[in-house]
Amino acid sequence: MRALKLLALLPFAALLGGCDFVVLSPAGDVAAQQRDLVVISTVLMLLIVLPVMALTVFFAWRYRQSNTAVPYEPEWDHSTQLELVIWSAPLLIIVCLGALTWMGTHLLDPYRTLGRIDAGKAIESKDAPLNVEVVALDWKWLFIYPDYGVAAVNELAAPVDRPIRFRITASSVMNSFYIPALAGQIYAMPGMETKLHAVANQQGTFKGFSANYSGAGFSGMHFAFKSLSAANFDKWIAGAKASTSMLGRSDYLQLERPSENDPVRLYGSVDRDLYKAIVNMCVETGKMCVSEMMAIDAKGGLGREGLNNTLPLTYDKYARRGAPLGNSPTFVAGICSMDEIKDAPSRDVFAPLDMTPLRGVGLKRPPFSPAHPSSTSLLSGQRPKSES
Amino acid sequence: MFNNPEIIKTIFGRLTLESLPLHEPIVVGTFAVVATGGLALFAAVTYFRLWSYLWREWFTTVDHKRIGIMYMILGIVMLLRGFADAIMMRLQQAIAFNGSEGYLTSHHYDQIFTAHGVIMIFFVAMPLVTGLMNYVMPLQIGARDVSFPFLNNFSFWMTVGGAVLVMASLFIGEFARTGWLAYPPLSNIGYSPDVGVDYYIWGLQVAGVGTTLSGINLICTIVKLRAPGMTMMKMPVFTWTSLCTNVLIVASFPVLTAVLVLLSLDRYVGTNFFTNDFGGSPMMYVNLIWIWGHPEVYILVLPAFGIFSEVTATFSGKRLFGYTSMVYATVVITILSYLVWLHHFFTMGSGASVNSFFGITTMIISIPTGAKMFNWLFTMYRGRIRFELPMMWTIAFMLTFVVGGMTGVLLAVPPADFVLHNSLFLVAHFHNVIIGGVLFGLFAGINYWFPKAFGFKLDPFWGKLSFWFWVSGFYLAFMPLYVLGLMGVTRRLRVFDDPSLQIWFILAAIGAFLIFLGIISMLVQFAVSIMKREQLRDVTGDPWNGRTLEWATSSPPPNYNFAFTPVVYDNDAWWDMKRRGYKRPLSGFKPIHMPSNTGTGIILAGLATAMGFGLIWYIWWLAAVCFVGLLAVAIGHTFNYHRDFDVPAAEVSQVEDARTRLIAAGAQS
Repeated sequence: MRALKLLALLPFAALLGGCDFVVLSPAGDVAAQQRDLVVISTVLMLLIVLPVMALTVFFAWRYRQSNTAVPYEPEWDHSTQLELVIWSAPLLIIVCLGALTWMGTHLLDPYRTLGRIDAGKAIESKDAPLNVEVVALDWKWLFIYPDYGVAAVNELAAPVDRPIRFRITASSVMNSFYIPALAGQIYAMPGMETKLHAVANQQGTFKGFSANYSGAGFSGMHFAFKSLSAANFDKWIAGAKASTSMLGRSDYLQLERPSENDPVRLYGSVDRDLYKAIVNMCVETGKMCVSEMMAIDAKGGLGREGLNNTLPLTYDKYARRGAPLGNSPTFVAGICSMDEIKDAPSRDVFAPLDMTPLRGVGLKRPPFSPAHPSSTSLLSGQRPKSES
Repeated sequence: MFNNPEIIKTIFGRLTLESLPLHEPIVVGTFAVVATGGLALFAAVTYFRLWSYLWREWFTTVDHKRIGIMYMILGIVMLLRGFADAIMMRLQQAIAFNGSEGYLTSHHYDQIFTAHGVIMIFFVAMPLVTGLMNYVMPLQIGARDVSFPFLNNFSFWMTVGGAVLVMASLFIGEFARTGWLAYPPLSNIGYSPDVGVDYYIWGLQVAGVGTTLSGINLICTIVKLRAPGMTMMKMPVFTWTSLCTNVLIVASFPVLTAVLVLLSLDRYVGTNFFTNDFGGSPMMYVNLIWIWGHPEVYILVLPAFGIFSEVTATFSGKRLFGYTSMVYATVVITILSYLVWLHHFFTMGSGASVNSFFGITTMIISIPTGAKMFNWLFTMYRGRIRFELPMMWTIAFMLTFVVGGMTGVLLAVPPADFVLHNSLFLVAHFHNVIIGGVLFGLFAGINYWFPKAFGFKLDPFWGKLSFWFWVSGFYLAFMPLYVLGLMGVTRRLRVFDDPSLQIWFILAAIGAFLIFLGIISMLVQFAVSIMKREQLRDVTGDPWNGRTLEWATSSPPPNYNFAFTPVVYDNDAWWDMKRRGYKRPLSGFKPIHMPSNTGTGIILAGLATAMGFGLIWYIWWLAAVCFVGLLAVAIGHTFNYHRDFDVPAAEVSQVEDARTRLIAAGAQS
């Protein structure tokens, strides 16, 4: 009977054998360490879960109503020793697991630079990380290689055993950047940058995709991650460089429009500051960058006159925005030209030397009148009267 | 006049003929079935002249028992809709391989998975849980009704109103295509300009008012209306878990209301709380919604824990092991449930210290939960276990829930979550705890308390059939998802390109079909039981040899519950009364003060629902009229002085005498 049951399980075993448990057998050191944590925690918990399951079945069977041979104690409802065991056994497991969690979370923090290539090999100074800038678009992935000045859509290549430093953002909605074989995922969010450090230890082609639902084309939002030998990676870069397409700001604005199941595309040259502009949500000309806003705000802001520094928004991404009862949609107009931002020595915001805030007094109101002067808003407050 | 588009727009807002999904054959077919069924039901009720009876005795009732039953009916009806969504998803995922697009467009499929989540949580699990608490808890504490009977009726109809809005989205317009928590920026006006998210917002807002008020009501009831002698530490465990659940509701649902208000401000008046531009932060929405969302999980599961405690003690014929530690475990879970919300988005880029803090607090919750599991285990130890349906569901729960709990703790380890987050492993995990915990608990509760509510037991044959279909279907449907999660397959995908995955989705679809048979068996079980009710009749009011006060009165209980308020000396009050040779009082009845029925609740909820509809479709006049109407009816109700009446002593005595005769007849036969 038992043998028969095992036999019945065989096809399932075959089923399991034919599958690619990428989470349990990844190709990158970070994912492998994460897998180890999965396995260790599971084993730790099974220490208590299996006995509980066995006891459940055993008690249910032994104390069935028809079994009158066993003692029946209807009033027995307390035992201090048992209670101690009941609370301390899970507590002990959780203490172990908690310690493991604390260490594992810090060691495998995606923002932390890598300390090793794999279990047997520490990072050396020659292992300069490969920088990749990742942008989640509707519904495809853009990878920019700032070190090489090339870019690719829906294909990511990296040399094996070389740390990769991802900087990740998105153009419109929330996505999650995930290559199961390489490392755990991290969200890609518009106007924000997340980071991920990883390294691939095996050559091959692996799946990457968005792990956070992002709209109609979500199912097709996947890419191939190619882990190549150093020589092949150089070849890949050379191939990309040979591409005549270039990715400038206007090309990007065209690219970020929604499209589904996009083919792989390579760009031989990329606007050097494109990624910076995407993170700061100012690829469109005339729009103020977030970094710029923060720099202005750090110096006290533009004051009430700053409210005038907006321009009507007629088209953004793939729909005209605007609530039925609100003001007509606007965006904050840029004050500096793009070139000024480009030549700025650093994006970092420094505290101003002169602590008296700039109040924006004397700034002229820009020549702009609202598209629909009649529209009123309950919440946005009165616009200051123009002095000019 | 109707040629002027401006006038049409003023009257109908953005509702046009194109809003009806006539191009979706599946929706049109569903509509035909629903409309035919609805018409048949309407005709039957009219033919048998039941409208006036339904209105007088049910729609306007303030009796907590009838409201409880109506909650259960709502939950079961919505379960059919939520399950229809589930099986459509399973089917789509099972066939969309090898270049096939499946049979659902992304426009339809994305609505389905959103609706499935919203309906199952808000309009299946919540009404079923609230219904059981409503029905059972006042009986368990020896009360005549809840503290605010009118509010109870109003809460119920608000929940129905939310459900009506969500159902309306199927046939008028569309539902949200955002996932069940509607994360911005996707749910903001820029990326979801259609009515879907508005249906989501107003459906939840209308129902949320009901849930919050019901929470306040039940807390007051437990705190103020307990029978003399029932101190807090003598309350039945189900009452304890109800108390904790309602505390959670009152403390967390306002957060949901607030976050949805902020989202609607973004959508309606152009504020920038959660937009990408102008300093908005979608991450704030994610935090806020989970500050509600995590306690919500415990809102659902705590009452289920209470049910299992009652069932285990009753069917083991034993006192509950470790009552005190059970109560403390419940309270600890209640408090800790507010300290874990971030574990739903470890991958959003919080630092390692923040992530490990929330990971460890999450694990700590497993300690009291584990203690509960052991308490049930040792309640069975040296008992005499009767394997009736409620106990079968309890054993299935204990074996299933530990697996879900284990995978839950696993997901609480942030580095493990980085590889499993949003995968089908996660989907399997939360179905494992919600089906294996909440739903199994509700089924145990339904089988356990059904004879109390209707005076006859449920048919065991069809019940067992349903049990085995459900349990085997659950394992077959969700174990493959765990496997798929370990293969790195993410959730909410509509088409797949790796053919080796297909077999697992087919297995899961077969599992879903078994669950379908389980649901059908359950409906047959209800029908068969009603037909065979004379055979299944219980006249004693105590068919399971129960331990708590609800079994002290008749089945179904009279509208005043207890002719004399019982006096409690022990936490198994009824067990204690039976042991001390309790005799039912047969004379000396006094008039009983009871609340009167009122139609205000259903009218208010109807107006609120219509107002929601107006806001969804930008029919401003409708929203304004309904809002004024709401205020007027609410103020008008304060002038209603016919709120209560006395059941005359003669009537009480008549009801109690009838029961005496029934018991005598039952004892003879």
